[in-house]
Amino acid sequence: MSDKILYGYTGIFDTPDEIILAANKVAEDGYKKFDVNTPYPVHGMDNAMKLPVSKLGYAALIFGLTGTISAVTLMYFLSVFDYPIVIGGKPFFAFPAFVPIIFEVTVLAASIATVVTMIALFFKFPNISHPLHDTEYMKKVSSDKYGILLQADDLKFTEESAKELLAKLGAKDITAIYYDQAEISTEHKIFEPKFISLLIIIAVVVSGSTYFALNKLMFMVPFNWMMEQSKIIPQDNNSFFSDGKAMRTPIEGTVARGNMPYQFKGDPESAGKYLKNTLLPTEKNLDLGKKKYDIYCSPCHGYYGEGDSRLRGQFPNPPSLHSEKVRTWTDGRLYHVITEGQNIMPSYASQMTRKERWATILYLRVLQRSLNAKESDLE
Amino acid sequence: MSSNQTNIDYSKKDLPGILTKLGFALFGVGLVIVISAFFIDHTRAAFNNLILLLFLTSIGLGSLFFVALEYLAGAVWSTPFRRVLEFFAATLVILPIVALPLLFNMHDLFHWTHNEVVQSDTLLKSKSGYLNVSFFIIRMIAFFVIWLTFYFVITRNSKKQDISGDQSLTSKNIKISAVFMPFFALTVTFSAIDWIMSLEPHWFSTILGVYYFSGTVLAALAAATLAIVLLVEKGYFVKGMVRDHYYSLGALLFAFVNFWAYIAFSQYLLIWYANLPEETFWFLHRWEGNWMFVSIGLIIVHFIVPYFGLLSQPSKMDPKRLKFMSVWILFAHFYDLYWLVMPTYGKGYAVFGWIELGFPILAVGLLILIFTFKSKNQNLIPIGDPKLKRGLNFRL
Repeated sequence: MSDKILYGYTGIFDTPDEIILAANKVAEDGYKKFDVNTPYPVHGMDNAMKLPVSKLGYAALIFGLTGTISAVTLMYFLSVFDYPIVIGGKPFFAFPAFVPIIFEVTVLAASIATVVTMIALFFKFPNISHPLHDTEYMKKVSSDKYGILLQADDLKFTEESAKELLAKLGAKDITAIYYDQAEISTEHKIFEPKFISLLIIIAVVVSGSTYFALNKLMFMVPFNWMMEQSKIIPQDNNSFFSDGKAMRTPIEGTVARGNMPYQFKGDPESAGKYLKNTLLPTEKNLDLGKKKYDIYCSPCHGYYGEGDSRLRGQFPNPPSLHSEKVRTWTDGRLYHVITEGQNIMPSYASQMTRKERWATILYLRVLQRSLNAKESDLE
Repeated sequence: MSSNQTNIDYSKKDLPGILTKLGFALFGVGLVIVISAFFIDHTRAAFNNLILLLFLTSIGLGSLFFVALEYLAGAVWSTPFRRVLEFFAATLVILPIVALPLLFNMHDLFHWTHNEVVQSDTLLKSKSGYLNVSFFIIRMIAFFVIWLTFYFVITRNSKKQDISGDQSLTSKNIKISAVFMPFFALTVTFSAIDWIMSLEPHWFSTILGVYYFSGTVLAALAAATLAIVLLVEKGYFVKGMVRDHYYSLGALLFAFVNFWAYIAFSQYLLIWYANLPEETFWFLHRWEGNWMFVSIGLIIVHFIVPYFGLLSQPSKMDPKRLKFMSVWILFAHFYDLYWLVMPTYGKGYAVFGWIELGFPILAVGLLILIFTFKSKNQNLIPIGDPKLKRGLNFRL
């Protein structure tokens, strides 16, 4: 026996009242390292053992606050910066909607972290063995007896005094508990091949059965109705029509809504007579006109309409736009030129929308006015 | 911890006369203010009277609820101070008198009592089967009859036990409490609907009954905690009250502070989310003008301060902290009721003046008087109760 290391002395009591008294006496005797084992939590035990208030509450507080802060930060980041979506007309940072989640995360973080802290810090987790395991004492206190244990590493502990104290308190079955030789080996249990292979088996079984259950057993064809619709796609073949095409050409004479075809083809005089500029010379329209003029007209007509082409003779220079003839043309007549082209000037109907053509005419009027100002402009 | 270890160390002492005097003084001052308030501005006084009724109902009914709960759950820890709760439950007796002025001011308080308005309002018309003056009065009388019946039966049995020590009285009270509970749930819900929700007859919230219940329990618990701590400190109470008892009271206070916040927030969240105009206006009234500050203050006063005040374990058993927090929670409950009732009176502008101050003074005076009056010819602890010894031996 002498080669074994003593862990402590245990004694057994029959009633919860006795164990409370005994715990109180032991604490009063000055023992710090002793423990009580009962089949169920006995009310008033903390007091009797003179235990200080548990520090676990602080762990709960810290982890709870961590949960709160991370929930707020995560949701703030996600719904304000990373992927803002308006939901139900609420602001991005919809605090009331966040509160339940903040609450849940706080509670979850606090409870899980508290349990983990308790197991890891207070129960010293990877250490899964204890000298009390598989003892007669443990069998008794986990069914119907109440036991007390005086640990040998307490400063007050001597074998004689411990035995004496337990006897004085009226404890039965006073026994010494020794460390199990196998248990005090210094090697870490978690690196044992047995343990590691168990972990691997668990990992394989769990992940394999999860994969099988989710991907094979419970597999459902995903929702793909959007991709596979029974409809005719443009540009596709279709045997329904005699020409074998899916797309139909519009009926002769069809006019797209808001796009009347140009009515004055080859009739510049009528165009000049009947067409009116649809735009007003506002700043916005003039800006648009200048932009389009600089892009499409200025290469030949020059930035100021003086016929000073930038093309260095590669294309014949057009006449000045400041001539009496052009100045007296109506907007409609000018529109006809842009739309149909004139002499070697091509049609710009495909490059410029109708609105842009009218805006360009407005800008051209400004250019003309700049060289032929009226008396009234000076006022 | 052996069952015969504790001998009950209690001899009845009369409460100091100064307490009665204080009660009379507060009651007198309050009564003068209240009566003059009714002469000067009877609409405003009527609204305050409603708050007073709700506050006293909270204390009385909440206390009776705890008494019944103790019987029903077979709780032992609260048995030593059940009498304190029974004394506070006596507040129920004066409720009909407090409610009387309301009946003469129905037109000022309740929009739905105006017949011509109801006729031109589809919603009110369809609600008029429930919201009409005669049914309202019938319901009010029914509440008082139910509460007072259960109050008298339960306390009479409890008082009898002091002399006879008959254990069968306890089992009798357990049965009565079981009957009381569903009645309590219904009456507290319907009184909240009648007295709070019908102030804004277009508005509805299915959770308001629970909301008022949470405040009720909190107020009763705070009043009882304050009385118990004071009685123990001054030596009028039975010896053997330990911090385990205090801790349980503090923990319950803390729990119901959270419960109130949970319910209050649930009500707000659902209305905020659904964003239906027939519900949101109620909260908008409480966000107009300076009501905004009152609403923000409610969160701080009713939740944040008591939450952090009672959060840590030592603070739940500290008598000083418990006393402070009890007074604070009683104040918070008054604040809560003010927030519930007064926006109907002062739309867009929260008023607080000597009238609003007079009613709480009257309430405190009344409660002190009721307590001292009840304690004159009764023991402060139920000495005949078979659970008393176990209650005194209660340890966490």
